[in-house]
Amino acid sequence: MGSREKILAAVKTNQPPLSPLPSNWQGSKHTTNLKEQFIQTVTNIGGLVIEVNSVEEIIPAVKDKFPETTRIVNLLESPKPTGASLGDPHEFENVTIAIMQGQLGVAENGAVWLTDKQMGDRVLPYICENLVLVMKSTEIVPTLHEAYERIGSSDYGLGTFLAGPSKTADIEQSLVLGAHGPKSLMVYLLP
Amino acid sequence: MNDTLKNHATLAEKFNRDIPRVDWHDKTLWFVREKRDKAANQIPDWEKLRETASQIKNNVLSNLHDYLVEFENNAQQNGITVHWASTPKEHNEIVHRIIQQHGVEHIVKSKSMLTEECGLNEYLEHQGIEVVDTDLGERIVQLAGEPPSHIVLPCIHWKKEEIGELFHQHLGTPKGNADPQFLTSAARAHLREHFLHSKVAITGVNFAVAETGEFVVCTNEGNADLGVQLADVHIACMGIEKIIPQRKHLGIFLRLLARSATGQPITTYSSHFQKPRAGQEMHIVLVDNGRSERLGSEDFRNALKCIRCGACFNTCPVYRRSGGHSYHTAVAGPIGSILAPALDMEKNADLPFASTLCGSCTNVCPVKIDIHDQLYKWRQVLVKNGHVTRGKKFSMMSMRFLLSHSSLYNFSGTLGRWVMRNLPSLVNNKFNPWYKQREMPQAPAQSFRSWYLKNKQHGK
Amino acid sequence: MNIGLFIPCYVDQFYPHVAIATLQLLEKSGLKVSYPLQQTCCGQPMANSGFEHLTNPCSTNFIENFSTFDYIVCPSGSCTLHIKDHLHDEKHPVEAASIRKKVYELTEFLTDVIQLKKIKARFPHKVGLHQSCHGQRGLKLSQMSELVAPAFSKPESLLQMVNGLELVTLDRKDECCGFGGTFCVNEEAVSVKMGKDRVADHIRQGVDYITGGDMSCLMHLDGILRRQKSSVKTIHIAEILNAG
Ligand code: SF4
Repeated sequence: MGSREKILAAVKTNQPPLSPLPSNWQGSKHTTNLKEQFIQTVTNIGGLVIEVNSVEEIIPAVKDKFPETTRIVNLLESPKPTGASLGDPHEFENVTIAIMQGQLGVAENGAVWLTDKQMGDRVLPYICENLVLVMKSTEIVPTLHEAYERIGSSDYGLGTFLAGPSKTADIEQSLVLGAHGPKSLMVYLLP
Repeated sequence: MNDTLKNHATLAEKFNRDIPRVDWHDKTLWFVREKRDKAANQIPDWEKLRETASQIKNNVLSNLHDYLVEFENNAQQNGITVHWASTPKEHNEIVHRIIQQHGVEHIVKSKSMLTEECGLNEYLEHQGIEVVDTDLGERIVQLAGEPPSHIVLPCIHWKKEEIGELFHQHLGTPKGNADPQFLTSAARAHLREHFLHSKVAITGVNFAVAETGEFVVCTNEGNADLGVQLADVHIACMGIEKIIPQRKHLGIFLRLLARSATGQPITTYSSHFQKPRAGQEMHIVLVDNGRSERLGSEDFRNALKCIRCGACFNTCPVYRRSGGHSYHTAVAGPIGSILAPALDMEKNADLPFASTLCGSCTNVCPVKIDIHDQLYKWRQVLVKNGHVTRGKKFSMMSMRFLLSHSSLYNFSGTLGRWVMRNLPSLVNNKFNPWYKQREMPQAPAQSFRSWYLKNKQHGK
Repeated sequence: MNIGLFIPCYVDQFYPHVAIATLQLLEKSGLKVSYPLQQTCCGQPMANSGFEHLTNPCSTNFIENFSTFDYIVCPSGSCTLHIKDHLHDEKHPVEAASIRKKVYELTEFLTDVIQLKKIKARFPHKVGLHQSCHGQRGLKLSQMSELVAPAFSKPESLLQMVNGLELVTLDRKDECCGFGGTFCVNEEAVSVKMGKDRVADHIRQGVDYITGGDMSCLMHLDGILRRQKSSVKTIHIAEILNAG
């Protein structure tokens, strides 16, 4: 008997009588201003939220913020089809700014949901030095429960909740931004 | 318990020789506990959330067979290769084989308690493969040649000055620089090289979803993602208990995990790996290592609900003052103390006794594992199986004799008090562990019973 | 109402004044209290050390002494919890079950059963309350700091009724003191460190007394205080409620 069969057989023999799944609990509904809460939470976790009126304002604003930038990858301008790589992921090593869309935001934890569709190359949101996400403020949901309701059973290949810049507190619990991934994260909120 | 084996009390005593360090360790972890409290209190339904998570996990354990098969099917359809390992050895061999197939000698690995449990690093290094742990804390202990001392905060026992010195020796940073910001950026540069040059990346798994065949990996640093997305091969290793039924259940668990672990509302990255990217190989190794057997134990199966958040470590007053290495197992702390005896009763017989049974661990646990009750139950099992010292057993036997014979008990109590009053040096000596740092209680002239007889039952 | 007084063995031997205070306090409330003379130890120290299977004689003895009472009251959370959770006897299962339900720790008996609303006691001192874990997390005498739930505290509500008493707020309101039964000798180093830290918290708040519902924890804290030659004293909550 192979290990698969051995393990499955043992599990089957030893598992206790069926205990039902709890009813579909979603938590109490929030009444707070979702946008305000989202902005506050992202700020608390080391990110920055900027409200703009149109996509056109974003690029100049980003360039203004990072005058020294050498390489920008802007996926807003040239979206790529799902899952496709822009090439060898190693090529993105020197990207200083990556700009991409966020699908939805979660007010309670400041996370933004991204999938293959928005990432262009899967490595991009992790390897760039600064990450810029662009999202409509109408796409903010109260908690993860509503977020998963929206995500539903979609096929996304890779999906990630991304909350703030990469960080570590492994050295004496002092928070340092920019552990391995982006050192900064900005979310531009469109109306 | 064999005294030549590693023993929590002895190791804890060593840790306590440096009191300022114990204070620092305790305060640092208590700070994390306080952050957890604050985060939990921001969710009014917190207790309901824990209860729901606990019920989902109960369901998982009761239906694990079907969920595993469902997960395997869906993962395979997603293009993921699924492997099964009964033992740590088998797990290590599977991982090694995959690495060999790609002719690789250097790999990167993000945090996985399972690979610690299986001793993967040692095994691979023995086969001539260099494993670089990429979580900053894990890299620090790896450079120091130590195991992690905490499942979420691997180098919580290291001071920044010591890390500065370690980096000076291994990474060539300037001597005396102990600034966390500086040291982190040095590690970033050092590990970036490894990310860029590793064709195989290993990660752990936080949750695997039966319904979709995807798995979720949570990190703050982004090290798991960076490793995986720059590698041709992704190997994810998980214990079979990491399954959850449906994608929407992630909402429950992700709300609990980071808040319980560090007080963050969510980890920076919660990556859902559903399909490999074009041209990439994705493997999952499902490991048993005693889990299926434990599933059959009514008293102890609950420990399999653990989501490895580390909250029980941070709240444990004993862990905070004895350090992770005093537990001499891959998973330390309260949860480690109920997991380890199942793996090796003889070696880990001391761990269920390394607790005051205060119960704080059970209260913080996001999946409501009855940790302190299991510690109590393990004590009963260990004693019945003869895993306690002879001396202790002997004194317990004599205690039983005494206590069940109340007249004898009253006599020896009187005698004991007399000895303590008139010959204090008989008890107040270095062989009495109580007396080492504490005064003995002052023995009164008469017991309550005698008082009662004189004052209340007079003439009866 | 017929009350059986259950006095833990070490209280009987070393802290008779705590037992006397408990008895007087209950009698002051107009209750008929008796102390069954053949009682010994409840078996808790053995059970917590893994020898639960050897505690049968203790259980039988306990049942013989206490089964006739309406309530059993004990000035120790830890011993009460042990009886509540672990009193079993194959020969007397009905009696054991009934005892498990009618055994009460002193403060919960006062607040929940006789619902004491006023106490004629005076204790003009600054006092810190040590929440013993078995009473607090086991018997739920107070809300536990780990939970997201409304605050309450049975012993605190009683102390608030005492004339002149000033109750301090601790930095860590329900951290374990490290006594832990045989833990206090098997894990001497950690046990003492935990005790020292607990004592230091109370001292930081400027207390004159540390009180609590369990003499075992207080004995441990007292041993540390006396070794430090501290002026801070320990006192069982029954003695405060019975004071003046
Ligand atoms: S036992 Fe509970 S508290 Fe401890 S690590 Fe596991 S899930 Fe977290």
